[in-house]
Amino acid sequence: MRKGCSKFFLEDERQFERWNDSAIKSLKAEFKLFKDVVLLSLMHPWERDARLLKKALKKGPPHYNVIVEIACTRSSDQLLGARKAYHSLFDRSIEEDLASHVKGSERKLLVALVSAYRYEGPKVKEDAAKSEAKALLNAIKNNNGDHKKKAMEEDEVIWILTTRSKPHLKVVYEQYKKISAKTITEDLEVELLLKETVECLCTPQTYFTRVFDTALREDAKEDAKKALTRLVATQEDVDLKGIAAKFEDKIKERVKGAYKDVLLGVLADDRK
Amino acid sequence: MKLGWIKRINVMKVVLYALSYMHHDFSPPIVHPDRSSKNILLDLDNEVHISGLWHCQASKTHPTSIKSNGAIQKEIKEEEAMATLTVPTTVPSVSEDCEQLRKAFSGWGTNEGLIIDILGHRNAEQRNLIRKTYAETYGEDLLKALDKELSNDFERLVLLWALDPAERDALLANEATKRWTSSNQVLMEIACTRSANQLLHARQAYHARYKKSLEEDVAHHTTGDFRKLLLPLVSSYRYEGEEVNMTLAKTEAKLLHEKISDKAYSDDDVIRVLATRSKAQINATLNHYKNEYGNDINKDLKADPKDEFLALLRSTVKCLVYPEKYFEKVLRLAINRRGTDEGALTRVVCTRAEVDLKIIADEYQRRNSVPLTRAIVKDTHGDYEKLLLVLAGHVEN
Repeated sequence: MRKGCSKFFLEDERQFERWNDSAIKSLKAEFKLFKDVVLLSLMHPWERDARLLKKALKKGPPHYNVIVEIACTRSSDQLLGARKAYHSLFDRSIEEDLASHVKGSERKLLVALVSAYRYEGPKVKEDAAKSEAKALLNAIKNNNGDHKKKAMEEDEVIWILTTRSKPHLKVVYEQYKKISAKTITEDLEVELLLKETVECLCTPQTYFTRVFDTALREDAKEDAKKALTRLVATQEDVDLKGIAAKFEDKIKERVKGAYKDVLLGVLADDRK
Repeated sequence: MKLGWIKRINVMKVVLYALSYMHHDFSPPIVHPDRSSKNILLDLDNEVHISGLWHCQASKTHPTSIKSNGAIQKEIKEEEAMATLTVPTTVPSVSEDCEQLRKAFSGWGTNEGLIIDILGHRNAEQRNLIRKTYAETYGEDLLKALDKELSNDFERLVLLWALDPAERDALLANEATKRWTSSNQVLMEIACTRSANQLLHARQAYHARYKKSLEEDVAHHTTGDFRKLLLPLVSSYRYEGEEVNMTLAKTEAKLLHEKISDKAYSDDDVIRVLATRSKAQINATLNHYKNEYGNDINKDLKADPKDEFLALLRSTVKCLVYPEKYFEKVLRLAINRRGTDEGALTRVVCTRAEVDLKIIADEYQRRNSVPLTRAIVKDTHGDYEKLLLVLAGHVEN
């Protein structure tokens, strides 16, 4: 095997083949990603989500998008399971930890998101959706620019996004497009956390695509790759398959070893 | 530690006993979702613990682990001691009950006494089974039949009582989101006096019955400070352990005191503490509050007796740390016809008969020098009175 990996080795003046330091680093990173994917997949989903939430909370504001991702892409019962597991693992509720440790303007939104237990049936309320789209538009327009308050702190915005069912929110999203020049995600460019909330709830495919894209770039950072690992280990394959197919070439080109097999495995028909 | 064969056999015996207990002595039976060796735990005293019961549908005494010394048995007995509902030691079969109930409706008039005798002495699981069997046997929902035959207060009491506790809470909550008066109090009452799992079941029942979530309705129908308080309360899923962090209790007592002194009653932090902390933690915090600052927190929250938000806040505190005092007051006002809480007597008796009505009745007697049952007799009459007394555990002398 050593003979076949000549590009890892350098000629050393003492005449033994030495590891290229940067090669060691990149190999370690690739193995770590593989290890992470395996560990995440093996853990019970509830425990896994509880631990991911705890870690994100500990790491601070740049990682709060993980909280949004988990709270918004899980089903009502999966999110509830994570809350139960959190009780067992950490002797606290996730709500109380979030409420007491998150200090910034994201607090109300994050606490409300993890506390959600949404109705999951298909019934939507068209009239309410229209007025709620308007309310969201107003909140976003009023809070653009250098106002002190952000849209994500508005009570109207919070209760609409954290209590309405996902099918209903998709209708709200459609209505928004009709009354605004842009889609709600375009209008929310300045408030990243709120944008990701809306994406994960209404158009998760857009969110997944972006995660894949960012992670498979030449200059992809650690966090971006970790995000992809997390997605692959936690989302249903059927949701990711179409997206992974678009990135098949990039995966083959940029990813190595067992981790590549895992990513390509998402495409395979007979997984699980 | 070597696990010799004798030890292994003993472990096996205990596990089999526990499984038999879960399958045959629980109603409904608990099926362990993951019967593998990784869920059999031994502690330092070689006591066997069975874990991994997260996935089970919670019954009202849902354990997350079962200990080999029968500790769970004790917990159930303690809960039953606080309830006033009495169930006969030999219960007739479900089909017998259904037959008798059917007889109660047939012919002219209704045999209310029979309805009281049967339904008034059956617990939630038994009532659910009766409803299910009745529907299968006679092709009609028992509740619809009751609705046709009965009227007024008695009908309301029977219908509410017959419902499964989760469905009942969902119905009460739904009514509350539509009414204007004292409805906030009912929402808070349900959110704060139920256990975390009971509140969860109510929310699940709400989905099933109304095709939307309780949270959406609360958000939609309440405004301002009331919404700020009620929405997190109904969304909560509190940790239920007894662990308490005394440092945190100190910090949060101080925080509460500051906000209250500044009259910032609906401040985010006040709401956060009351809506997310475990009941044990809140209790510790409020004890510290009293020790440190001299007054009970509710005394400090009485600044403006006309302020309805403050009244709700005080009731919230009561519901979280001493619910029997809260319910005593609700009953007292209802029985004396003061206040605007219609149907309070029916609601409290129905929702607490299987939980802690005995403790509430003791509190009532302590405060009013009159047994609750006597007050009910004075204030009500007819079949309504009869069923109330049965549910309150009154035994005819």
